[in-house]
Amino acid sequence: MNFLSLFVLIPILMMAGLAIARDMKQIRTVAVTFSTLQLGLAIYTAIKYMAERAAGNAEEMLFQASTIWYEPLNIHYAVGVDGISIVMLLLTAIIVFAGVFASWKIEPLSKEFFLWLTLLSIGVYGFFISIDLFTMFMFYEVALIPMYLLIGVWGSGKKNYSAMKLTLMLMGGSALLMLGILGIYYHSAPEGGALTMNILEIAHNNAIPHEWQYYLFPLTFVGFGILGAMFPFHTWSPDGHASAPTAVSMLHAGVLMKLGGYGCFRVAIYLMPFAAQELSWIFLILTGVSVVYGAFSACVQTDLKYINAYSSVSHCGLVLFAILMLNNTAMTGAVMQMLSHGLMTALFFALIGMIYGRTHTRDIREMGGLMQIMPFLSVCYVIAGLASLGLPGLSGFVAEMTIFVGSFQHTDTFHRVFTIVACCSIVITAVYILRVVGKLLYGAVQDEHHRQLTDATWWERLSAVTLIICVAAIGCLPGWISNLISNSLNAIVERLS
Amino acid sequence: MEYTVFILALPLAMFLLLGLLDSKLKPRVAGILGTMGMTVCTALAYLTAYQFFTQPRNAEGVIPSQVPFNVEWLRFTEHLHIDLGIYLDPISVMMLVVITTVSLMVHIYSLGYMHGEKGFQRYYAFLSLFSMSMLGLVVATNIFQMYIFWELVGVSSFLLIGFYYTKPSAVAASKKAFIVTRFADLGFLIGILILSFFTKTFDFATLTANPTAIISESAGATFLGCSVASWALALIFMGGAGKSAMFPLHIWLPDAMEGPTPVSALIHAATMVVAGVYLVARLFPVYCVTPEVLDLITTVGAITALYAAIVACVQTDIKRVLAFSTISQIAFMIVALGVASDTNLHTGLGYMASMFHLFTHAMFKALLFLGAGAIIHAVHSNEMADMGGLRKYMPITHITFLIACLAIAGIPPFSGFFSKDEILTAVMEKSTFWGVWMTVVAGLTAFYMFRLYFRIFWWKDTDCSHHTPHEAPATMTLPLIFLALVTCVAGFIPFGELVSVNGEPYHIHLNWSVATTSIIVAVCAILLATWLYMKENKKPTAMANATRTLHTAAYRRFYIDEIYLFVTHKIIFGLISRPIAWFDRHIIDGTMDMFAHVTQWVSARIKGLQSGSIQAYVWILIVGTLLIATLTICYCL
Amino acid sequence: METPMIYYIVLSLVMFFAGVYGFITRKNMLMMLISIELMLNAVDINFAVFNRFLFPGQMEGMIFSIFAIAIAAAETAIAIAIIINIYRHISNIDADNLDDMKY
Repeated sequence: MNFLSLFVLIPILMMAGLAIARDMKQIRTVAVTFSTLQLGLAIYTAIKYMAERAAGNAEEMLFQASTIWYEPLNIHYAVGVDGISIVMLLLTAIIVFAGVFASWKIEPLSKEFFLWLTLLSIGVYGFFISIDLFTMFMFYEVALIPMYLLIGVWGSGKKNYSAMKLTLMLMGGSALLMLGILGIYYHSAPEGGALTMNILEIAHNNAIPHEWQYYLFPLTFVGFGILGAMFPFHTWSPDGHASAPTAVSMLHAGVLMKLGGYGCFRVAIYLMPFAAQELSWIFLILTGVSVVYGAFSACVQTDLKYINAYSSVSHCGLVLFAILMLNNTAMTGAVMQMLSHGLMTALFFALIGMIYGRTHTRDIREMGGLMQIMPFLSVCYVIAGLASLGLPGLSGFVAEMTIFVGSFQHTDTFHRVFTIVACCSIVITAVYILRVVGKLLYGAVQDEHHRQLTDATWWERLSAVTLIICVAAIGCLPGWISNLISNSLNAIVERLS
Repeated sequence: MEYTVFILALPLAMFLLLGLLDSKLKPRVAGILGTMGMTVCTALAYLTAYQFFTQPRNAEGVIPSQVPFNVEWLRFTEHLHIDLGIYLDPISVMMLVVITTVSLMVHIYSLGYMHGEKGFQRYYAFLSLFSMSMLGLVVATNIFQMYIFWELVGVSSFLLIGFYYTKPSAVAASKKAFIVTRFADLGFLIGILILSFFTKTFDFATLTANPTAIISESAGATFLGCSVASWALALIFMGGAGKSAMFPLHIWLPDAMEGPTPVSALIHAATMVVAGVYLVARLFPVYCVTPEVLDLITTVGAITALYAAIVACVQTDIKRVLAFSTISQIAFMIVALGVASDTNLHTGLGYMASMFHLFTHAMFKALLFLGAGAIIHAVHSNEMADMGGLRKYMPITHITFLIACLAIAGIPPFSGFFSKDEILTAVMEKSTFWGVWMTVVAGLTAFYMFRLYFRIFWWKDTDCSHHTPHEAPATMTLPLIFLALVTCVAGFIPFGELVSVNGEPYHIHLNWSVATTSIIVAVCAILLATWLYMKENKKPTAMANATRTLHTAAYRRFYIDEIYLFVTHKIIFGLISRPIAWFDRHIIDGTMDMFAHVTQWVSARIKGLQSGSIQAYVWILIVGTLLIATLTICYCL
Repeated sequence: METPMIYYIVLSLVMFFAGVYGFITRKNMLMMLISIELMLNAVDINFAVFNRFLFPGQMEGMIFSIFAIAIAAAETAIAIAIIINIYRHISNIDADNLDDMKY
């Protein structure tokens, strides 16, 4: 059996383990053990991948395996990874690991919570290792459904509304996606061979006729774009994130939104390079707008999670924006931004969850001076904020600069002008981040009751520190990860030219 | 000279050590550790300077620049990559000396000044972070490395201004400083993008070796009537103007005085604020190919110089006076760079003058701030009204402060005289108009500095019944004495021999006509200040009343802050952010919700058909059957 | 002389539509049950008649109508049991009142 399948198998074992666990202690033991295993597996895969590459394996996707699954439609369970998937798998494993610690005290129904969370992570892992459109789509759906229950049952605030809205909007996206995938499938063999769902085969056959690409590209791009919070289909994100429990916000903003970006790469652009070039300007405008628009919206929000959700709209907008630049540097930047945003937004949501757990409010007008009360959490928040506004030495800077420099290398003036527009977001980001830092952490204590609150516990510290270390590591030594990504992108970029 | 790496590595290690251990260290230990780190760093910088300036010159008489260390950090494209390295040339070595010296003085001084403050360890951690970033900025081998450290100094400045984070004014000031400079950095970033797009390099050496590349590569592309090259360089200058607090991006600097005073001395007087000057100097050969940008630089500098000098004359907070004085002095350096038109030794005199003034100014302005710190430490107030007659209580502070005032006013033989004289000479040669303008500003400088001096040390005899101001401890006075000594002798350093526009030695000689004029102007201004402020009297109030409008306007800094507040709050927040947020919630989200509502409404309308009443179903069944039967029959017939 | 087939058929037609009419118009569940019985009996008559007139040598129709009578009896028993239960709950047996499980 291909070892990539372990990414799906380990969570399934974890679910079995959770199912037989009897008390909180056992649940935690199972969750920690298996999430550590996943992290180990992800690191092992990354190392093995790099070793293979160093040994000169120039195949586009490594560790491929394929088993026929449904003969009549030629559906395979096919897996394989390249540098981009490796990065995404690492991200997922890190966030699942941190998420387990962030939901140490989840109440009630802790067992069920972890079960659904694990199911979600199965979907995400499966999505990233799949190279068959159908399995990819299936895992995508597996990742979406648990979200409804996780928000609806363990959420806060208008949780029913938010859960319904999030699920319906994302389902709307997957409806478009389904159409797109079927379209791709039925045009995967223009010369009358066997129809296929395998991404690599379709790409190598250069199969899809140009006139069809015009229809299928927007379908798939918007379908994935909805999950990537593309303007104007982003409104599930603020409500959904605001209501979701901590670990779910972390996984959702940190990983699930990256499914959108990853899908845009892997399906929309990779399979339909012609339409990508012809139609990219439309989406470039939309994503360019969403970068600035999200940032401006975040400036006036008062709920911490809303601020962060809008900031995610802005940052994920930048991901799609960079993907559409269709050159190697910008796309490398896009993947790095996915990674960096995933880590820091997970950190943000973890911290917000921890603060909310103590103060029982997320309204920045009702809090203040938290630096004096919970210094550890506050310092982490400042670090997350600085990462978000692009401080050199933390991951945000590297990603944004790669995107800006890459985008600006585009030969077309229109693209360069839009890059400058997107650049403006760095100032607005500074405004809303510092606004929160100033109001929430600095200044005088607003509510005297807050003085009795305690600082972070060990599991909260572990969760935050894991993420901070990753953010700083990428920020300080970006070279290897940038090379890893850009080497894998060569194949995609070559198809574009 | 590979050891130069440690000049950067040492403060970084200190930052990590002090930052991570934080309260686990005793404050005293943290302070001493930080100071020792900085001492070693300073020693290394001096060694570097000694070795660098004494190395043999090449055939053209130029001291060859060196790159002892350079690693690729991040590769973007085939040509574009960010390196982290160390680039040693006369100005960067000069800056190394300036930064480490002032930083060391501040480290020592803070042992006394910050004694007993909460967060002492954090303070030293931030100081180390700042020193590291600033040193990294000046030794940058490429423009993107400079941008990286540029951002880092911005953040250190933000953290240090907001050191007293429970004080709302400090929080607001730190936020303002960061956002205003960030806005300027946006210009810098875009400038870098444009520049690198055309020249295909970030490297300073490549850029300056072939300065016309951007002109030839951009092939005469223009935007709004100016060439792309001009736009790129003007935008880069915008970044510099933001950091160096040039009008109209100066508004953050006066507010930044909310930070601890030693921080003001280090960051907001001697080092970070001259980063803009340094940036222009670094890219000077490139600026030379776009004279219109140099003209812009001159104009911005001259306006700032006059504006800040006028405002400084009426401020009552001693740190604000010094802040505006800093703005004005930096503007001198900027003007000097602006008037240097090419890389010829004589027409490019302004370059040398600017760097010389940067050097001397760093020393005497740090001295002034540290002196002000000692005074604030003694009287626990920033306001002039609470001071007066302090000369008796604080003799050392008094003498050193006086030396610094004489230096900044341009009185020989103190260092400021020599550098300012070079600047005025350079400006005079280029344009008489700006020459006269800058001479007037120099006079104003002498006036407001002596106003400050007399108001602090003379004016009245303090009522000492409840609290006697006393001289600062030795940790604070030693740096003052050291810097005062430097201020006395710095003017005699053969600066032109070491730093000049094309690297060839330039022998500084005073232009006596300019020098005499400026001395006369300065002396007159000092006499005027003496007449007005030596003894407590009603003349200043009377003058203020006579020019009420002007006085109020200057006191309120010509309402620039209010304009900014209006723009940010009313326009950015009120007219952009809030409407966008509303639009998002009500229009975009409303549309999405509308889909749901329409679906719900339709289903509510048609659900009545599914009534559950069998009798109704049977009716429909029968009617339907009959209808179909009738239709079938009609059709068949 | 034998009665012609058409008479029987008309009778069963009248019975059937009387049942339909009753089923649609009456709200009382007992009445509705009786209407259903009417319809069933009309069908039984049809079975018997067609068997007698069209396939005189065979007995399928007769047997079928006996089956139907037996099933109708069982059905009536269940229906009446339900109706009695409903009556115990809501004290009447009006079909319009039975909407507790409607959407």
